[in-house]
Amino acid sequence: MTENHVAQPPPAAVSPQTALPVMLEIAEVRRENATAKTLLISLESAEDQPGLILETFTPGQFVMVWVPRMDEKPYALSYLEEGRAGITVHRRGPFSKRLCEMRAGERIGLRGAYGRGFWDVGERAPGASAAIIGGGCGMAVLAPLAERLPEATLVQGARSADGLFFTDRFPGQVIFTDDGSAGRHGLPTEWLVEAVADGAVEAVYTCGPEPMMARVVELCRGAGLPCQASIERYMKCGIGVCGQCDCDGRRVCVEGPVFSGEELARMPSFGRRRRDKTGRQIPVE
Amino acid sequence: MSTPDATGPNLSVNLCGIKLGNPTVLASGALGMTRALIQRVARSGAGAATIKSVTVRPRQGHNNPTVIAYEAGMLNAVGYSNPGADEAGREFADIDRLSIPVLASVVGEDAGEFAAAAERLMPCGFAGLEIPLSCPHTPGYGTLAGHGTPEATEQITRAVRAVTDRPLFVKLSPNVPGISELALAAIEGGADGICAVNTLGPGMIINVEAREPVLGFKMGGVSGPALRPVAVRCVYDVATALRRHGCEAPIIGIGGISTGRHALEMMMAGASAVGVGTAVYSRGIEVFGKITQELRQLCRRLSINSLDEARGAALQ
Ligand SMILES: Cc1cc2nc3c(=O)[nH]c(=O)nc-3n(C[C@H](O)[C@H](O)[C@H](O)COP(=O)(O)O)c2cc1C
Ligand code: FES
Repeated sequence: MTENHVAQPPPAAVSPQTALPVMLEIAEVRRENATAKTLLISLESAEDQPGLILETFTPGQFVMVWVPRMDEKPYALSYLEEGRAGITVHRRGPFSKRLCEMRAGERIGLRGAYGRGFWDVGERAPGASAAIIGGGCGMAVLAPLAERLPEATLVQGARSADGLFFTDRFPGQVIFTDDGSAGRHGLPTEWLVEAVADGAVEAVYTCGPEPMMARVVELCRGAGLPCQASIERYMKCGIGVCGQCDCDGRRVCVEGPVFSGEELARMPSFGRRRRDKTGRQIPVE
Repeated sequence: MSTPDATGPNLSVNLCGIKLGNPTVLASGALGMTRALIQRVARSGAGAATIKSVTVRPRQGHNNPTVIAYEAGMLNAVGYSNPGADEAGREFADIDRLSIPVLASVVGEDAGEFAAAAERLMPCGFAGLEIPLSCPHTPGYGTLAGHGTPEATEQITRAVRAVTDRPLFVKLSPNVPGISELALAAIEGGADGICAVNTLGPGMIINVEAREPVLGFKMGGVSGPALRPVAVRCVYDVATALRRHGCEAPIIGIGGISTGRHALEMMMAGASAVGVGTAVYSRGIEVFGKITQELRQLCRRLSINSLDEARGAALQ
């Protein structure tokens, strides 16, 4: 339906030969809100350890983060600046709790960046008419994109004021909270309904809770707007070989994590089902 | 796909009645977690596919990192994570509707568990069944549970044989002094064919900054290019032994295959078909079609008209 103005998604990123974690020092730890911190990681000692490919980083790509003797999990890069990369960690389970306890000077392992990030949807959607819609820690995935598209409208939704991300980093953003404690009371999808009605938006990028993204994708389809969403699935290899991250025949780690609205429309599990560590299908929260 | 093109060599294979359009088979553990991914593997040109090994009860497997790639291949210690035979039975229901034959893979801690998992899965419509007795990195299973002895091999094979009439393949470890003895024990137990080999090792990679092995389980099976010459020799040994005993059981050769040349090499060592796992990483999911295309060209250049001519060509 919207094929005519959706640029072709780029092919999945080419795999590097090695996929081994590179141990790097945490340069700075920043508190983002009541439950999330950013670890800014120095890339200084990266050169003599193969495993990092950051020159070709596109917003939306992720790294596998290794804590020795514990676990390894995917995190989107929320910052990539001269000599430093950042991940923003929302505290929920034991692994993220451990990451949030880390201090400057400690080391963690990174490999990547992997996967397909957001791509340019073409000339019909210059920055000014694009919308970036984030919910909760989906903001970490979207932040580097918002930096590359400074004219786009950034809309953030959170449960309450103390769950907001990057309010200083992106001062012009539109804020929604579930409880009305900051910005507008309600969901960021309400903004999209209005913007679509006003014809004020030409393309949408989103990341957040899957029900929210499913609603965004549905609204965009209804309005014929190109849309991209970054989804999350449990991962093991991160490099397309184990099949753990499957979502309806697509490997989220290489063919995703960013998918177009058209692709998601053909993925019945999107917004409904994911797989646990055993591979069993369970409902998305 | 099973009809060879007018000029090309005949690449079709008959594995104990299972008909493959070409000899490439998805190896167990790569991608084969879901029906949808197996369907993609079929579309990318594989001759057949094997599911990731399933146990009776669900297993979480080892902690990450479970799969890492280094300059000569891959190390994995996934630890048989799987949703259990009941859930897998739902995942793979009516698997015979796919365009290629699909092999089940089941494991257990003892012969009874192997048989129970096979009994639950085979009604899904699998074309055949593979039993790995050879995982080197999961306590309670494979070589860590003594499944790699001739006695255990025969006993487990016999137990599984009793619950299925479909072609049964026993998957062997390269980490044994005499792989051909194990192959003969499997045949004695009622196997129709042999898969050789599972991963090598286990091996270990240590990160020197962290002063820690990288894999969550510390050690893991080696696959990919590093394994290939070992796998070729194992297949050669097994083929020689089977031939000596007048046994025609087919061999699926697995280990480091990523090109048509590698596939032909493996067949010259005695394999009828070739398993492909790690090369999904190095060459993408399209690797099956690529290998088949390369194999076709190579056979043409070497005036090989059918794979029967190549099979075992390097054996004494
Ligand atoms: C990530 C991964 C998972 C695997 N899981 C299984 C498994 O569950 N059952 C099994 O029999 N073999 C398993 N294997 C072994 C492969 O089937 C194959 O025997 C081995 O990797 C050698 O082939 P390759 O070099 O083409 O990968 C696994 C291999 C890899 C790399
Ligand atoms: S995590 Fe292994 S294929 Fe995606």
